[in-house]
Amino acid sequence: MKTTLLAAGLFALATSAMAETPVLTVLTYDSFIPEWGPGPLIEAGFEATCACDLQFVAAGDGAAILARLKLEGAGTDVDVVLGLDTSLTADATATGLFAPVQPAPNSLPVAFADPNFLPFDWGWFAMVYDNTKLTTPPTSFEELAASDLKILIQDPRSSTPGLGLVMWVKAAYGERAPEIWEALADNIVTVTPGWTEAYSMFLSGEADMVLSYTTSPAYHLIAEADVSKSAALFSEGHYLQIEVAGKLAASDAPALADAFLTYLASDAAQGVLITTNWMYPAKTPQAGLPAGFETLIQPATSLLFAPAEAESLRAGAIAEWQAALSK
Amino acid sequence: MTVARALALGIAALILGSALLLAQRAETWALAPADLGALRFTLTQAGLSAAISALLAVPLARALHRRRFAGRGALISLMAAPFALPFVVAVLGLLTIFGRSGPVNMILAALGLPAFSIYGLHGVVMANVFFNLPLATRILLHGWQGIPAERFRLAQSLSMPPAAQFRHLELPMLLAQLPGIALVVFLVCLTSFAISLTLGGGPKASTLELSIYQALRFDFDLGRAALLASLQFVLCALVTLAAMRVSLPAGFGAGLDLRGAAPAPKGWRRGLDIVWILLAAAYLLAPLLAALIKGVPGLSDLPPGTLPALARSVAVALGSALLCACTALVLALAAARGPARGVELAAMLPLSASGLVLGAGLFIAIRPFAPPETLALPITLLVNALLALPFLFRLLLPPARQIHQDYSRLTDSLGLSPTTRLRRITLPLLARPLFYGAGLAAALSMGDLGVITLFAGSQGATLPLLVQQLIGAYRIEQAAAVALILVTASFTLFTLLDRLGNRHADP
Repeated sequence: MKTTLLAAGLFALATSAMAETPVLTVLTYDSFIPEWGPGPLIEAGFEATCACDLQFVAAGDGAAILARLKLEGAGTDVDVVLGLDTSLTADATATGLFAPVQPAPNSLPVAFADPNFLPFDWGWFAMVYDNTKLTTPPTSFEELAASDLKILIQDPRSSTPGLGLVMWVKAAYGERAPEIWEALADNIVTVTPGWTEAYSMFLSGEADMVLSYTTSPAYHLIAEADVSKSAALFSEGHYLQIEVAGKLAASDAPALADAFLTYLASDAAQGVLITTNWMYPAKTPQAGLPAGFETLIQPATSLLFAPAEAESLRAGAIAEWQAALSK
Repeated sequence: MTVARALALGIAALILGSALLLAQRAETWALAPADLGALRFTLTQAGLSAAISALLAVPLARALHRRRFAGRGALISLMAAPFALPFVVAVLGLLTIFGRSGPVNMILAALGLPAFSIYGLHGVVMANVFFNLPLATRILLHGWQGIPAERFRLAQSLSMPPAAQFRHLELPMLLAQLPGIALVVFLVCLTSFAISLTLGGGPKASTLELSIYQALRFDFDLGRAALLASLQFVLCALVTLAAMRVSLPAGFGAGLDLRGAAPAPKGWRRGLDIVWILLAAAYLLAPLLAALIKGVPGLSDLPPGTLPALARSVAVALGSALLCACTALVLALAAARGPARGVELAAMLPLSASGLVLGAGLFIAIRPFAPPETLALPITLLVNALLALPFLFRLLLPPARQIHQDYSRLTDSLGLSPTTRLRRITLPLLARPLFYGAGLAAALSMGDLGVITLFAGSQGATLPLLVQQLIGAYRIEQAAAVALILVTASFTLFTLLDRLGNRHADP
C-alpha cells in the first residue's frame, strides 16, 4: 500500500517536472493506445514535429469518451478528443465544449461537413462470415432473416457497432425496421455487450456470421495470411461509421491542438491508422491502400444519417429493436 | 468496536457516496419503462443462481469433506480459479464445452438428440453457477471442517444412523451457513451484466446493471443512474437483513480437534459422493482447461507489455488482498461479538455497488485534486479490496461467532489481554478462512476489469485490460496466452496464500 502511494506520488512529481515542454492531452478510446495500436506511432510521429509532449488518456470507447467529457465539463484538461463517431457528434456539439476546426480534404464515400469535427478514419458495417463454411452468403437483411443462419450482434445500449446495426436497419428499411428485427429474431444467437465478445465467439464457431466491418477480413488476410474470412455484400447498402477528432474550446494549447489535427490528416498518420485500426483512412494516402484491401467488398450504396437525425432517431430505434427482440 | 464502526461508516460512505455524487449532478429523475423488466430478469437470474449454487454445494462439499482421494487438494484449490478468469475468457471456455461445436453437442448429435443451446436464462444460470458454485462449496467445506471431529466419533459410538447424524451435526451447520452463502451468490449475480447479456440470448435478458451502463454512457442520465444504483442498494439491504434473520449460529460448543476426517460411510453413499465429485470436477474444470489450452500456442509470441502488466496486476492483487483481509477481520470480529446490523450491512454493501457508478463517483470525487489516470492503480487496489470484502466477511463471520461463543468466557476469566487473545486463539482458529479469503481476494482482484477501464491512462494496463485490448485488436491468440498467464499467476498467488493458511492453522 505504502509503495503504491509512493509510486503514485513519484508519478505525480514526474508529470509536473515534464510540464516545462508544452503538453497536448488527447482523450481517446482504449484500443487506440496499446503498443500495437495506432497510439505509439502517432505519438512518435507528432512529437518529432512539435517539440511538445503528447499524452493519451483513454476511456472505454466513443460513448465512454463523451460521457467522461460531460462529467468533466468545461474544467477538463483535455485538448483534443479522438474517437467519437457521427452517431455521437450531435450530442457532443450540444455540450458546447468543442471549437470549430479547420476542414481538411477527405476521400469519404459521403459528403462530410461538420464544422466542429475532422474525420480520421471510417468503415462500413458488415456481417462477416467464414467463406470455407458458408459459400453463398445472404445478400440482404431479408434474405438473412429468411435463412436459418445464426448471427451474433452487439447491444446498441452498450456498444458502438451494436448501435450502428440498429441505425443501418433503420436507414435501409425505415418504418419496416421493427418487421425486419422480428424476422431476424430467430437468427440471433445472442446479443453481446461489446464487439470483443461477439467477434471472439464468432471465431470460436458459435455462429455463422457476426456484425463487424467490411475491413475485418483485411486483418486476417494481412496480419495472419488467413483468407477464410469475408464480409457479405448487402443490396440495401451498408451503414457507415465515421470516426472523428475534435478540439476543445477550453484547450490551453489551441495552436498545438490544430497542429495535431493537421498531422492526423497527413499521409503519415493516415497510413498508420489503416493497419493499426483496420479501418479506411479518411484521406487515402499517396501510396494508396495496402495490398489485400483490394479484395474487400465495395458497397455501392453508403447509408448514413446526418448527426442531428441520428440523435433524434436513436432512442426510438433502440426501443423498436428491444421490443421486436423481446417478443 | 469503535474501529469497526468507523470502518463500516467509511465503507458505506464510499459506496453510497458515489451514487450521491451522481445524484447531485442529476437533472431529471425518472426510471425508463424497460427498467422494470430489467429488475424482474435481474431478480430471477440472481435468485435461481443463488438457490442452485447453494443447493449443489451441499452434497459436493460433504463429499469433498469426507472422502480422501489423490488430487483432492489440487481439486479444492483449482476451484478458486474460475474467479480469476476475465469474463470473456471464462465465457469462451464455457462455450468450448457447451457451445455449438463443443463436445456436448457433438455427443448429442451422435446420439441423434436435438442440439443443446446455452443461450437463454438457463445459460445465464449455468455460467453463474460455474463462477459461484466453487465459492459456495468452499465456504461450506470450511463449515464442515468446523464441526469438531470428536462429535462425529461420539455419534458413531452411539451408533447414530447417518440420517440422525445429519440432523444433529450437519443440519445446524448448514442452517448457519446456507443463508449467508445464498446471499453472497445472489448479490454477486445482482450486479452481473456481461454474463446475462452475452448468454441471455437477447434484450429480454437485460439487467439493472445494463440499464445503469446505458444511462451513464449513451443517455448521460445521471439521475436515472443514481436511482438504479439506489435500487440495487435497497435490494442488497433487504436481502442481507432477511439472511441475517434466518441464519442461526450452529452452537456445537468448543471442540478439541478440528482436523480429523469425518466418518466416510460405505456403500451407495460412497458411490454417490464419487459421482458428485466427478460431475463437479468435469463441470468446473473442463471449461477452465479449455480456456487455458487455447493460450498455449500464443505463449511464444507475447505482446511487449505483458511483464509490466503482470507486475502491476500482482502488486494490485496483493495490496488489495492485504487491505481486504485486515478490514474483513476487524468487521467480522466486531459482528461476532454481538448484534451489529450496521457493520454486517456495510460489509455486504460493496456487492450491490455498480462498478460503473462507483467508478464514476470516484472520478467526480478525485478529479478536483488530481488527474484520475495518475491514481489508476491505487484506486483499482482500493475498489478491488472493497469488492472482495463481502466474500471475506462471509467466510470469517461464522467461525468468528463460533470462537466468540466457545472461548469468550474462558478468555475473560483468564483475563487475557486482547492482543494475546487475538494471537493465541482467534488468529490460529481463523487462519484457514482468513488466508483462503485473502487468496480469493487476490484472485478476484487479478481478474477484475471493472474500474481500471475508467481510469487507465496510456501507461498502467493490468493483465485483464491487456486481454481486452488484444481481443479488440483481433489478436485472439495473444489474448488467450495473456489470459493463461493471468490465471497461472492468480492461481499461484491463491495457492500460496491458501497453503500459508493451512500451515498457520496449527494452534
